[in-house]
This record gives sequence, C-alpha cells and structure tokens, in this order.
Amino acid sequence: MSRQISNTHKIVVPIILILVLALLAAAPLFAPRYTIILMISIFMYVIITVSWTMFSGPTGYVSLASAAFFGAGVYTSALFGLKLPLPVIVPLGGLAGFVLALLVGALTLRLKGAYFVMFTFGLVELLLNFLLWWEINITGTTGRVVPPVSNSAVYYTMLGIFVAVVGSSYLINRSRYGLAMRCIGEYEEAAAHTGINVALYKIITFALSAFFMGAAGAIMATRWTYIDPHIAFNPLISFLPVLMAIFGGIGHLVGPIIGATIFTYLEEVLITKFPYYYMLIFGIIMLLAITYLPEGVVGLFQNLYKRLTGEKNGAA
Amino acid sequence: MFVTILDIIISGLLLGGIYALIAVGLSLQYGVARVLNIAHGEFIMLGAFLTYTLFTGFKINPLISLVITGPAIFVVGFFLYRTLFARLRAVAPTVDAFEGNSMLACFGLLFIIQNVAILIWGAGIKGYSFWAEPVSLAGAKFAANRLITLFVALGICVAFYFFLSHTRLGKAIRASAQDPSTAGLMGVNINHVLALCFGLGSLMAGLGGTLISISYQIQPTMGLEYTVIALIVIVLGGLGSIPGSFIGGLVLGLVGSIVTYIDPGLSLVAYYVIFMLLLLAKPTGILGKS
Repeated sequence: MSRQISNTHKIVVPIILILVLALLAAAPLFAPRYTIILMISIFMYVIITVSWTMFSGPTGYVSLASAAFFGAGVYTSALFGLKLPLPVIVPLGGLAGFVLALLVGALTLRLKGAYFVMFTFGLVELLLNFLLWWEINITGTTGRVVPPVSNSAVYYTMLGIFVAVVGSSYLINRSRYGLAMRCIGEYEEAAAHTGINVALYKIITFALSAFFMGAAGAIMATRWTYIDPHIAFNPLISFLPVLMAIFGGIGHLVGPIIGATIFTYLEEVLITKFPYYYMLIFGIIMLLAITYLPEGVVGLFQNLYKRLTGEKNGAA
Repeated sequence: MFVTILDIIISGLLLGGIYALIAVGLSLQYGVARVLNIAHGEFIMLGAFLTYTLFTGFKINPLISLVITGPAIFVVGFFLYRTLFARLRAVAPTVDAFEGNSMLACFGLLFIIQNVAILIWGAGIKGYSFWAEPVSLAGAKFAANRLITLFVALGICVAFYFFLSHTRLGKAIRASAQDPSTAGLMGVNINHVLALCFGLGSLMAGLGGTLISISYQIQPTMGLEYTVIALIVIVLGGLGSIPGSFIGGLVLGLVGSIVTYIDPGLSLVAYYVIFMLLLLAKPTGILGKS
C-alpha cells in the first residue's frame, strides 16, 4: 500500500512541479501587469523566507540578519547599477550578501541562543545607522537612484533565484550535509563529537542562504528605483520572513513558501486600504500560530492527512 | 573646558537614568522570567502615550500619572504572562525552546501593540511641554524636566533594588532567577513569581515611557529604538544582573553623551559597535558571571 503511494508520488509530484514551473514561466505572456508585480513581491518574500529557513530551520539559530544581507544586495545594485549589466549585478549582489554572512558567521560562531539573535539584530541596525551617517557626512547624499529594468526582466530573475533557492534547499535537505545540519540543531556538542565540522557547516550554510537574499535585494532595487538606507536595511525584512516561516511551518520545504505567499498576498490586499490593520492582523495570527500551531500550516495539514488516511499515532 | 566636560557628564547621566530604568525592567523579564521581550519598547511607548493623553486631555501632571501608567501597564504585563507565556512555558520541552517561542510571541505583541497605538493616537509625532525652563548646574544649563526625570528614574531603580534585597517577595524573585525548579520545591509559587517579574518589567517600561514623554517627543514607532538600547544595556551589564543593568545604563548614557559631543549622527553607531564588540569579547557583560 505505502509502496504504491510512493510510486504514484514519484510520477505525480514531478509532473505537478513541471506544470507549475511552466505556468510561472509563461505568466508574463498572459497575466495582467498588476499580477506580475504582485508575483514579484511574493517571490521576494518567498526567497528570503526559504533562505532564512535553510539556515535557521535545521539549526534552530534564529537569525535576524536577513535585512542586512538583503540590503547588501540592494546597495550593490545602487552602486554598480549604472556601470554593469543586470546579469552581473544580481550575482554580485548575492556575493555581497555571501561575503557579509561569511564575516558575520565567523565572528558569531561562539554565540548561542539569545546572544546570536541580538547580534544579528544589532548588525542590521549598525549597518543602517552607519550608512545613514556615511551618506549624510561623507558622500553628502540621502538616497540613490537605481536604473529601472522591465517588469518581465525582474520577474524572470526572481523566478530564477526562486528555483535556485528552493532547489538548493531540497538538495541540502536530502544530502548528508542536511543531515549534519539537523544534527547540529539537535545537539551541537554531540554533532561535533561524531566528526561533523560544526563551524564550517554553519558558516557555509549561513553564507549560502545570504547569497540568495543578496541576489533578491539586488534585483528588487531595480524595481524600487529609489533607495536609501531606511529602505535597504528595513528591520521588517528581518522580522517578517521569520514569522512567515513559522506560520507556514519550518519542518517542510513547502511551509515557508506557503507562509510567505499567504502573507504577501494579505499585505497586498490590506496594505493600501488598512495598513495598520494588516500589521495588527499579522501580529494576532503570529501569536495564534505560536500558541496553537507550533508546526505551522503545513504541520496542521500533515496531521489532518494522517488522520484521514487512518494512520495511527500520526500527530507526534 | 571644565564646563564642557561637566556638561557632557551631566547630560550623559540624564540619558543614562532612563536607560538604566528600562534596562532593569528588561533584565527582570529576561533574567528571571526568561522572556526576551522584543516588545519591551512597546510598553515604553504605551506609558509615554498614556501620559500624553492624561496630560493633554485631563491636565494630569506627568509625575502624578506615574502612579497611573505604571500600575496599568503592570496589570497588562502580569496577565500577558499568566495567559500567553505561562501557556508557552507549560508546553515547551526545554528552557531554550521556551525562550525561542516566547521571543517570537513578543514579535507578535510588538506588531499588535504598535498598530493598536497607531489606530488610537495616529502615526504622527507628539509632544507636550512640562517644566521646560532651564536650570543652571555648575555653569551648565539643563531643562528642569530632565533633572526630574533623572532623579525619578534613579529613585525607582534604588527602591526596586531594596525591594529585591530586603523583602520576602524579593528573595523569592532572586531564588527563581537562580533556579526556578529548586525555588518551586522550596515553596515559591513559580508561575506567580514569574508573572510578577514580567509585570514588574512592564511596569518599569511604563514608568520609563512616562519619563521619556516628559523630555522627548514621542511616536508609536519609537519602541524598537528603546528595546534595542535596553538590550544593549543588559548585555553590557551582564544578562540577568539587575545592578549590572543599572550601571550599564549609566555607562551607555555617558558613552552616548560623549559621542554626541563629537558627532551627533554617530551615537547609535557607537552603541552598536560597543554592543557587538562586547558580545564577541565578553558576552557575560561587566558584572555577569561566566
């Protein structure tokens, strides 16, 4: 019985995936402009949320530095946007996030729990305030203009980063490397004793996740066209993905995607008319999710599915 | 030259008094109740806006509203712990899991409180004038309200320190901070004491908010900045150490004042640099035990 299910899964899941990808790839040909712009925002949050989960999910280190890596990408775009073509800018933005995360990762190795949270949060605020001071006192600017790119170029770049981040997350989860990450999350000392190079794994994953955030930042800057430190290093970019991932469920790759999609759509619907109600609702859902849905929406459906198919002891 | 130095020191202490007060509150919430309250600044903001409303709407002297805002916010904090955090604590398998979940819950609280405040008071900057006439202190001039702020903040901190060290309840709180399960075995009602600590932490945030509203302009999004400052101070003083937070607050105030004298735009940058260097070099803080 279970083998039959896994066999149909083997055929059905890839077909669905290919269909969804084809639909996403063809969207700019038939979808209205508004939908494409909405899809770009959704991709942005999905990319940051999936990247965040790539490191923080298995290890349990809550990072609030996402905005720093995203902002590094945004600023890369602002600094080099006029000089370099887009296909160079995006990986360069990713590289900026990657290098920053390597440095931060190497520095914060010894920090755990609350200290790590505070450090990563402080990092965003430090960069924000330093850049503000730098822009006002050294370069004498308050903001920068990023050369705009066509919507479909932004869309396809986002789609590309999205496929890359989800693909790498999937491969990491399935590999020995992902297993090592989960070991670190379970019991770091034990992981080290079984021969896992804890420091190396943590830093590399942290930096890899930052690469995708930086790339997303670099392409998003071309959509915004005008940026300043407050836009690039907005602390909400750190907070929201954490909440989106928790709401969707960090135990499964689909969780962060669902969480980010639902909330970005909700934001789009509510923010123009009731911006404060959106954040209020966000907060309430957050509290409810943490109290009643510790495994997120995906965990809820997994438990429901197990109960429906009659599998006992499914809800762990 | 002498006046300049005195000027810097006094304005540093004026700033540091408030920092110390809000940090002692956060230290109580994190050190004893184990809740890393990211929404701490929102309680400060609530205190500030309640005081603003009481002053502009009902002509109530801000120093009198201390005894209104403080208890009101204490009740909010106390019941939040009794309902939300006690539940999270009961279901969390480990202390670490509770710390993580309660911090995320505080994010939710942050969004809720901040946006409710915006819906009530609007998103704009507010302020009122209260005892703003200058006072001369050994050649340096200060607004009278800032001196009052400092004395009230220090008074609350000292009073609280004596409460902790000289009363039975204070002893119960210190015992719970050291080892909650053993304290429970010794007959301390842990859930009650932890809720009390969270409430007292909120109370100090509320009082801090009242004092802040006397000397500074306020707005519903001001909370995060004060949360961050309180976080920096409790790391500076050692997580969970109340005297450490007190001293840390004054030290950070002095640092802020010195840096502001050199370049006002760099004071926040200086805070973060100190914070991050300290986290890396000595995460246990000035008075913390390793």
